[in-house]
Amino acid sequence: MEKLETIKDYKNRIDNALENQFLRSAMDKFAIAYRESRKNAFAGIDTDTLIAEVAEIKRNAIKNNDKLFEEFKSVAQKNGVHVHLAATANEANEIISKIAKDTGSQKIIKSKSMTAEEIHLNKWLENEGLKVTETDLGEWIVQLRHEGPSHMVMPAIHLSRFQVAELFSGVTGKEQDAEIERLVKVARKELREKFVEADMGITGANFVIADTGTIGLVTNEGNARLVTTLPKVHVVLAGIDKLLPTIKDALTIAKVLPRNATGQKLTSYVTWITGPSEYLGDNSVNYPSQSSMSALSPESTFNKREMHIVLLDNGRRKIASDPDFSQILQCVRCGACANVCPVYRMVGGHTLGYIYIGAIGLITTYFFHGAKNAKNLVQNCTNCGACKAVCAAGIDLPRLIKEVHTKIQDEHGHPLKSLMLGKVLRDRKMFHTLLRIASVAQKPFITTQNISDKDSSPKRVSAEEPLYLRHLPLIFFKEHNFRTLPAITKVPFRDRWKSVKANTKQLKETNKKSLKIGIFSGCVQDFVYPEQLEAGLKVIQRLSSNFNTDNYNEHNNKQLNITLEFPMDQSCCGLPALMMGEKDAAADVAVQNVNAFSEYELDYIVTLCASCASHLKHAVPKLVNNTVAKDFADKVIPFSQFVNQVLSYEKQHIKKFDNNNLPLKYNKITWHSPCHLCRGLGIKDDPKQLIKATGNTFVQAKEEETCCGFGGSFSANFPAISREILNRKLDDVENTGADLLVTECPGCVMQLRGGALNQNRKFKVVHLAELLSVKS
Amino acid sequence: MNNINIISEFKEKASLVSAVIHEADTIEDSFRIAISLCKKNFIIASPQLDNSNLPLLEKLCIENGITLLKENLRKYTNGIDMGITFADFGIAETGTIVVSSDSEDKRLSTMISEIHVALLYKSNIRATALDMADELSALTSRPSSYTAFITGPSRTADIERVLAIGVHGPIALHVIIIAA
Ligand code: SF4
Ligand code: SF4
Repeated sequence: MEKLETIKDYKNRIDNALENQFLRSAMDKFAIAYRESRKNAFAGIDTDTLIAEVAEIKRNAIKNNDKLFEEFKSVAQKNGVHVHLAATANEANEIISKIAKDTGSQKIIKSKSMTAEEIHLNKWLENEGLKVTETDLGEWIVQLRHEGPSHMVMPAIHLSRFQVAELFSGVTGKEQDAEIERLVKVARKELREKFVEADMGITGANFVIADTGTIGLVTNEGNARLVTTLPKVHVVLAGIDKLLPTIKDALTIAKVLPRNATGQKLTSYVTWITGPSEYLGDNSVNYPSQSSMSALSPESTFNKREMHIVLLDNGRRKIASDPDFSQILQCVRCGACANVCPVYRMVGGHTLGYIYIGAIGLITTYFFHGAKNAKNLVQNCTNCGACKAVCAAGIDLPRLIKEVHTKIQDEHGHPLKSLMLGKVLRDRKMFHTLLRIASVAQKPFITTQNISDKDSSPKRVSAEEPLYLRHLPLIFFKEHNFRTLPAITKVPFRDRWKSVKANTKQLKETNKKSLKIGIFSGCVQDFVYPEQLEAGLKVIQRLSSNFNTDNYNEHNNKQLNITLEFPMDQSCCGLPALMMGEKDAAADVAVQNVNAFSEYELDYIVTLCASCASHLKHAVPKLVNNTVAKDFADKVIPFSQFVNQVLSYEKQHIKKFDNNNLPLKYNKITWHSPCHLCRGLGIKDDPKQLIKATGNTFVQAKEEETCCGFGGSFSANFPAISREILNRKLDDVENTGADLLVTECPGCVMQLRGGALNQNRKFKVVHLAELLSVKS
Repeated sequence: MNNINIISEFKEKASLVSAVIHEADTIEDSFRIAISLCKKNFIIASPQLDNSNLPLLEKLCIENGITLLKENLRKYTNGIDMGITFADFGIAETGTIVVSSDSEDKRLSTMISEIHVALLYKSNIRATALDMADELSALTSRPSSYTAFITGPSRTADIERVLAIGVHGPIALHVIIIAA
């Protein structure tokens, strides 16, 4: 029996991947180049609409799958194709090896098929004594190395030309130069012989078209064309999710697929095959084969190859019937969700997938290859949402990754750590008591000193205020020491609220427009960074009291009267529970929060934590499916949007700058866009407009929207990957020459400031509220 | 998009994917262009030319010391120098040619040749694949049909993502657009 990989084994594999310098630089170059080429490939196309169209086509095709199957089967059979439906991977393997046996096929050539990888077809056929050769260059390379592909579209992206040269030297028995053009020629020559000798060709299919009984193949090298032309027998293996009603649907998908996969407008070849095509070769293979068993007339099979289509279920029908997970069958296997994934970029495909790679792999591994192969993998996600933003089929990947995580824990037991977390979070009082105890218990480990002049963490209530954990308590390992972590505050925000509120001038002038604002603090700002909240409230107050002084003409020229509330029963937003696969706990916490705010009749619920905002807005109404929760979610607004759009910060300030009253404190400021702000909530411009409105010079970082590597429990579970993502981020920031990095999420601040301090970087890190609160 | 724009877009997009575009007034002209790309002793294949066109090409081949194959290409899987085929359509959006290649010899002439020369009537160039979905559906609905969209020569980027031309298919693709 295959040995089960423990989380420790998995982490060892990750460490090895992180140490592989070639892989690191190859992945990095690819991540950056891909972004650019994708953008160019989609130039002039309304990408969102096109993706929505693809999603719709696939959604309907999945819904009507049984009907499409019947239609396809009947047309294809009329055309002389043998159509098989395989319920399981083994059944498909058996069908295909039987076809080989019945046709007397010994030598098999294949073009790239992820579905064949899914069912471990090569291994099966080789065990039957058949000789299988992959003909896609990348697939051939990994086959020769006895590996699986490390990317769905670029199987050998993890290898260097030197490794390939060495491999080819072995195959040809002659020294080969590490020159790519030459290596490609070697493959051309070596593989041409295999094509000629082969008895049987196996391909996948990108499209299986019901109304004409056609299969569509999207390739670049041209190998699939030879695989479907030279051998006597052609076997197609495709998941039933590849069925589509018409070629028009396929053409729409073909518009997105190559653009999203490699940034190509179209691959070199798209091949449409409708039934067995003309075959003029040697007929010494049994013909017509035993397996034909059909009533095909002799004329219809004369000079024709034998063609089989094996449609694979392997759990797909069950997935299709699940209202939530059925969308994963919309996947068109473009691989883009790996291309943009910050984790994939650090560790490559072999550590971020079992067979299927990237975000979709984190989900489908569970369904196709079982919880045992998925349970470590599924945790390896920062929840950054980059995959969802590029998915060709509009799949809600990050959320489904968490759903799978929960499912696996529900079925196979929740680890103690996550159970405890769930239990603690459910009980707000216990949670907060624990945090207060921790604030005392951390004493031996803390420092009250600022670390350096780049330390932007302000002194808090008193000189004894703990600032950082000097060294980590022993329960943490060395690997967590890559950033300087903040200490838990002595006086959390909730204890400061009374005096904050007392200091707030609650003007009650009747001619003013009134806004009632609830503050959602989230745990990190409540217990670690209360100063961020205080700064934010200062900004809100200043803006509201200034509201009419510039004759600003919105809200019907009325002044603004803001009432602030901080419901004491609010708790953690629940995202950490979801991240640990504790969905039930997340739902309980969501109810508590909805209830805590419901009695206040608020206009807005402002939060200074982008992750809380995105979770409250999108996840809470899904977790608590009622109108109160929906109403709650509708009111949630992140700080930058509130300040810029509701309080018109930018417009108020720009007026002042006309008077040359510029508060230039920094040389240059750059911005890190929290994942949950730019992708989670679609807010990209407000924070930058606010930064610019302070009068400072803004410089854009190249990768301002790339994840910082925090991801809550992700960085606790995978500190090594988190560290590497962070390093890349800090380099990118430093390259801008900025002396201040601004962001809008306390988690990002914790990660970025911790890293910047630890590595003595040249810039400070602050929350947007802290920048804006400096009176200009 | 009007016709002139479609044709210039086709030329532009095809060139972007390393196809070489030529223009000819007549079929005869197009054959001359194709032959001008050959060296002496080339072996070329042009299966399925009809009787009105075949003699023209045969004559040119004899004049230039070129061997012309019309069938049994399976015997030449080590490679031939050039394959000349008609293309059914052009797709401007991506610079693609559509070649219905149901016959094995025609198919092989587009696969095992070092240089593929496709002859394309100007009037058969369409703006986008989706615009011609009905025509494509008709083409692909015929039993035993094998329809190829070809966009530039065969390529790979499987080693270090460096683009290399000509893996398993032609190393060069020439498209000759015929006016009449
Ligand atoms: S959410 Fe981010 S980290 Fe997670 S799979 Fe998607 S891209 Fe990767
Ligand atoms: S999940 Fe989306 S992005 Fe990932 S391979 Fe499938 S279609 Fe492409």
